Amino acid sequence: MSTVKPGYTRPLDVRNGRIDLSHGGGGRAMAQLIEELFAAAFDNEYLAQGNDGAVLAMPSAGGRLVMATDAHVVSPLFFPGGDIGCLSVHGTVNDVAVMGARPLWLAASFVLEEGFPLSDLKRIVESMANAAKSAGVSVVTGDTKVVERGKGDGVFITTTGVGVLPKGLDLSGNKATPGDVILLSGTIGDHGMAIMSKRENLAFDAPIESDTAALHGLVADMLASGSGIRVLRDPTRGGLATTLNEIAKQSGVGMQLDESSIPVRPVVDAACEFLGLDPLYIANEGKLVAICAPEDAGGLLAVMRAHPLGRESAIIGTVHADPHHFVQMKTRFGGRRNVDWLSGEQLPRIC
Amino acid sequence: MKYVDEFRDGELANGLASTIARAADTGRNYSFMEFCGGHTHAISRYGVTDLLPANIQMIHGPGCPVCVLPIGRIDLAIGLALDQGVILCTYGDTLRVPASDGLSLMKAKARGGDVRMIYSTADVLAIARDNPDRDVVFLAIGFETTTPPTALLIEQAKNEGIGNLSVLCNHVLTPSAITHILESPEVREYGTLPLDGFIGPSHVSTVIGTQPYEHFAREYRKPVVISGFEPLDVMQGILMLVRQVNEGRAEVENEFFRAVTRGGNRKAQTLVAKIFELRRTFEWRGLGEVPYSALQIRSEYAAFDAEQRYGLRYAPVADNKACECGAILRGVKKPTDCKIFGTVCTPETPMGSCMVSSEGACAAHYTYGRFKDVEIVAA
Ligand code: SF4
Repeated sequence: MSTVKPGYTRPLDVRNGRIDLSHGGGGRAMAQLIEELFAAAFDNEYLAQGNDGAVLAMPSAGGRLVMATDAHVVSPLFFPGGDIGCLSVHGTVNDVAVMGARPLWLAASFVLEEGFPLSDLKRIVESMANAAKSAGVSVVTGDTKVVERGKGDGVFITTTGVGVLPKGLDLSGNKATPGDVILLSGTIGDHGMAIMSKRENLAFDAPIESDTAALHGLVADMLASGSGIRVLRDPTRGGLATTLNEIAKQSGVGMQLDESSIPVRPVVDAACEFLGLDPLYIANEGKLVAICAPEDAGGLLAVMRAHPLGRESAIIGTVHADPHHFVQMKTRFGGRRNVDWLSGEQLPRIC
Repeated sequence: MKYVDEFRDGELANGLASTIARAADTGRNYSFMEFCGGHTHAISRYGVTDLLPANIQMIHGPGCPVCVLPIGRIDLAIGLALDQGVILCTYGDTLRVPASDGLSLMKAKARGGDVRMIYSTADVLAIARDNPDRDVVFLAIGFETTTPPTALLIEQAKNEGIGNLSVLCNHVLTPSAITHILESPEVREYGTLPLDGFIGPSHVSTVIGTQPYEHFAREYRKPVVISGFEPLDVMQGILMLVRQVNEGRAEVENEFFRAVTRGGNRKAQTLVAKIFELRRTFEWRGLGEVPYSALQIRSEYAAFDAEQRYGLRYAPVADNKACECGAILRGVKKPTDCKIFGTVCTPETPMGSCMVSSEGACAAHYTYGRFKDVEIVAA
């Protein structure tokens, strides 16, 4: 009989433990972190194989793949309505979804800072796992690196998503045509202001919650309705204004918005006013913009409103010919203005 | 926190617009200057001028503290951050103002300077307390509104015996700038700048009251209406100015009685007077040296004066030659009169000060009003 005792590794001390450099060193500690935390949370057949990559079967003949990637560096890591974990799933799922594809797989890469509490990491990873599960995607491969204390901001997460695009579907930012109608799936500015109110310790009458959500279901309903959708995009960083300027430029058109039809929560509006910011430029994580042929707009709006994530959808403007690609807006006040690209970062005014 | 919709109601605006149109005498032109960048911003962002009859002109004044801060003063702050290793704190907008050598405070931060954006002077005090072994400098800018918080900061630092904090003071005074404009040759002699009245900033008046404007009204025969920053406030202010002009009156009126009184906030004024005194002269970007137009820290508080503490010497730096900021700040020219507007000079690459903060006349026109410069192609 062998005298070699079976190896014993003490389980991760999630309650009190912290990330140290050995968790990224490629040795036992790293293997344990991956096994007990990541693989346990994301649990699926691809990860279980323990290979360096995942072998994926094409789900349908003639379909095409869509791939998108996004790095997440949000601070604070936990905010009202979400955290960096679910955000890192939603962000990439949405990038794939607004291309018209069904998101299926994610790769996740973690950059952890030495000293980061394992308990926080566990919370984040579980939030990711939940988000992935409800979005119907599997985290099939990943990577972990640890950087020295002071060289990271707790945790950075990069996710790459792959989805399948049905045959014949071709959405693109360069397809907006004069006469088209612009739709928006709900209120703007919620995510950015939730982050900002937490970061700056601003207390408002009502808490502002992030709108972070996976939009694949809403997109699927919209596509299934057979409306002539030409462009779909999620207005994340830079907000609605930036997204519309991007599309206007790509398509070589101008746009005319109606401010009074753009939904903004009063508390978000008040917070923006307080900080001297414009909600049009504030980030969203669970909203989309759709541009479609005018005859389809009414039907598409009804489909969007029937979905829980699109209940506050609205028609917010139209596309017209304009060689300068200006996005203009009729203000709530009755005047007219440009809605320009943001220059630099939006910074609070001083007086 | 109060919600703001009631001051932005489109129907009320339309009603007010037709009252203004009825009040305005079609036989004459009206030119009003909104002194403050906050008003310029509101007017552009809500498209207020679209609601005014063609014979009412709004002229953008010099009232944006970021726009009037000269390059040399920012150079001083950058020097403190990069060469003296201080923690330099300032309000957000100030970070982007272009300075010498292609730098700005934001770029200085990228080069390793410890530059921090703050929301209130309380943040500065906290940073100083948390970093007892570092020197902390607050780059203070602004008109009368932001002056009392700076005074309070200095007083608190003194009371608490905080030794690692000082202030690089750039506080400027609204009335001096208005006098400067009224004394400018364009207004006084050449008549190239018709000026029938001023919209005065309400936030300044919450501190200084309406009284300091009374002598303009008397001596220069220019009506002044102190207005709030909501678009409806501005329109109400314009209506009040039109009525004064029609009736040949030149008085100080207060549209913003929600928060402004004749005497202002005496407590704040006393505190400011305790900590600050008038500077004999101060350079305004675009306007040049303006006598008695800014504040400096009194000698009793010299320990908290960064200029004294670090022996700073101000050196003026010239603006780009093509820049028309000076004429724009005095209301003599429009942004589009500048040859480099929108080409060389844009909000991404500002050449002059008016293009820096969103409250500057050039930036406001570029960001919100550019469509007016080109023909609109119908759908
Ligand atoms: S466009 Fe630029 S350079 Fe010209 S006046 Fe305006 S800020 Fe100065």
